[in-house]
Amino acid sequence: MSTVDPALLVGAERARRTLVVRPTRQDVTFVAAVRGAAISTLVVMALIGIFLFIGAWPALEQQGFGFLTTTDWLPESGTFGIASLLWGTVLVGLFALVVAVPIGFGAALFISEYAPAAIKKPLVTLVDLMAAVPAIIYALWAFIFLQEQLLGVAQWIAVHFGGILPFLSVKTPDSPSSYTSSAFIAGIATGVVVVPTVCSIMREVFAQAPQGEREGAIALGATRWGMIRTVVIPFGRSGIVGGIMLGLGRALGETIVVYSIIAPDFTLTTHPLQSGTNTIAAHIASRYSESNGIGLAGLLGAGLVLFFFTLIINTLAGVVVRRSRSGAATEI
Amino acid sequence: MTQTTQTNDPTTTIPVAPSRIPAGLEARRISAWFGDHQVLEDVDLVMAPGAVTALIGPSGCGKSTFLRILNRMHELVPGASLAGEVLLEGQDIYDPALRPIESRRRIGMVFQKANPFPTMSIYDNVLAGLSLTGKKPRRPNAETDGLVEQSLRSAGLWEEVKTRLASPGASLSGGQQQRLCIARALAVNPDVLLMDEPCSALDPTSTRRVEETIRQIAGEVTVVIVTHNMQQAHRVSDHCAFFLAAEGRPGHIVEQGPTEDIFERPQDQRTNDYVNGRFG
Repeated sequence: MSTVDPALLVGAERARRTLVVRPTRQDVTFVAAVRGAAISTLVVMALIGIFLFIGAWPALEQQGFGFLTTTDWLPESGTFGIASLLWGTVLVGLFALVVAVPIGFGAALFISEYAPAAIKKPLVTLVDLMAAVPAIIYALWAFIFLQEQLLGVAQWIAVHFGGILPFLSVKTPDSPSSYTSSAFIAGIATGVVVVPTVCSIMREVFAQAPQGEREGAIALGATRWGMIRTVVIPFGRSGIVGGIMLGLGRALGETIVVYSIIAPDFTLTTHPLQSGTNTIAAHIASRYSESNGIGLAGLLGAGLVLFFFTLIINTLAGVVVRRSRSGAATEI
Repeated sequence: MTQTTQTNDPTTTIPVAPSRIPAGLEARRISAWFGDHQVLEDVDLVMAPGAVTALIGPSGCGKSTFLRILNRMHELVPGASLAGEVLLEGQDIYDPALRPIESRRRIGMVFQKANPFPTMSIYDNVLAGLSLTGKKPRRPNAETDGLVEQSLRSAGLWEEVKTRLASPGASLSGGQQQRLCIARALAVNPDVLLMDEPCSALDPTSTRRVEETIRQIAGEVTVVIVTHNMQQAHRVSDHCAFFLAAEGRPGHIVEQGPTEDIFERPQDQRTNDYVNGRFG
């Protein structure tokens, strides 16, 4: 049998060489070490999910779908669910964004575009420091100081707009105590905690807007705001969306600040200015030490839902931020 | 968007606006610094109305800095400062009573690296200057269509893009993008067009197209071009200024004059060496 000289073959028949790069022992060791570190984070993540699921199973099995739709939390009598908690969590998250998005966006724009060089770095550091302050400090501040200040604001909103927009009304609008411990106040306080998260993401994306396009706009006679509107904001659009979502993810999980403000309430709050609400995180924190058996399983179930909720939102945010340039439009 | 497709014949004369004499520029005793480092010293240069002035010289001699001083882009660099004045029709563009954006609207600029707004359509890219100065009508109309066509024709790009004006600016090749930037700068009807090495990133064919464009718009617009390409300076310019920073002295003009004189009969030995490729 005659074999064909491989060099004579053409096109697809031509044998491809297999290229081999032989790693050194150091390479192999190092790669194994860093790979191990990377995998261990995923494993921890997965273990948490599995742990929550197994722990929550008795409650999920007993309540079935009702776990998501029941508003009450009475494990002793066998009816409990997270509907009101979930609703309160979303409500607090949304109020947090009302504060965190405008302030975070404005601060990011100022730091990236307007701040003189001399104060730019200190400002960045300051915002980062804000993120590093433990939540308990914010909680103390919110509980002792901020709540007091916000009562008047809540009352003003309720008195002036409660008639037109029923959800802004409260039961006894004249009494300041109607406004304490509300979803509104918990949300605003959480918003303050979330500002640095929103601000840093947006600032980083704004700072990456291409210098060439910035100069192009300025050379056409654009004002600074015109340049920002044409180049920076369209470029940073995904960063804006990503920053908002990461902020929301952070707000949904905020525990101690909410816990310190709210008065637990297991109804679906339709009046966010009215005293009383609850979130998953605050509920777990308040009940964890006194629960056992099916009650504890219920708390783990609530934790499981929050775990997936924040995981999904943060993943989406990550995807949006990563897409930064690829699809970012420049518009006028 | 309506497209006024007229003819495929590229030699069709351009429906330009009634001719006018653009304003000239005059730089008087310009010095410039970045922090404490002086990069330009006492540069005087008259850029005649409608003429093409080329700024030549080795890298680091301050040509680009000088160019950016001519439309107040220099001050955007942190720590940058300057002395002297730049007169546009006799008025100093650095006069505190004048806002920088007013000067930039009359003195356009094309950069070394083409910088169209990447996902904005070709059509909107041309009109970007109008949008940015609040002069663009809400919807495209016959007038904006005409302006887009005229600007793209002046920049020598119309025939290549007339059937795809809605495509994003980033869909064009590098040379086309650069001509789109020229069209964008011309659409606001500037008196002066500054060009900072506009062909340095382009292939020879695109370079030729841009050079043709420069010759075409000369007369309508006062052009100032920085270039490292001696042949290009020779081909496109009417007037030439040779910059040099050497022997501890910041960038200054060694010699300036009609392009023919600078290339054929340079007075200074250093100019002679440079234009003949013996240093730099």
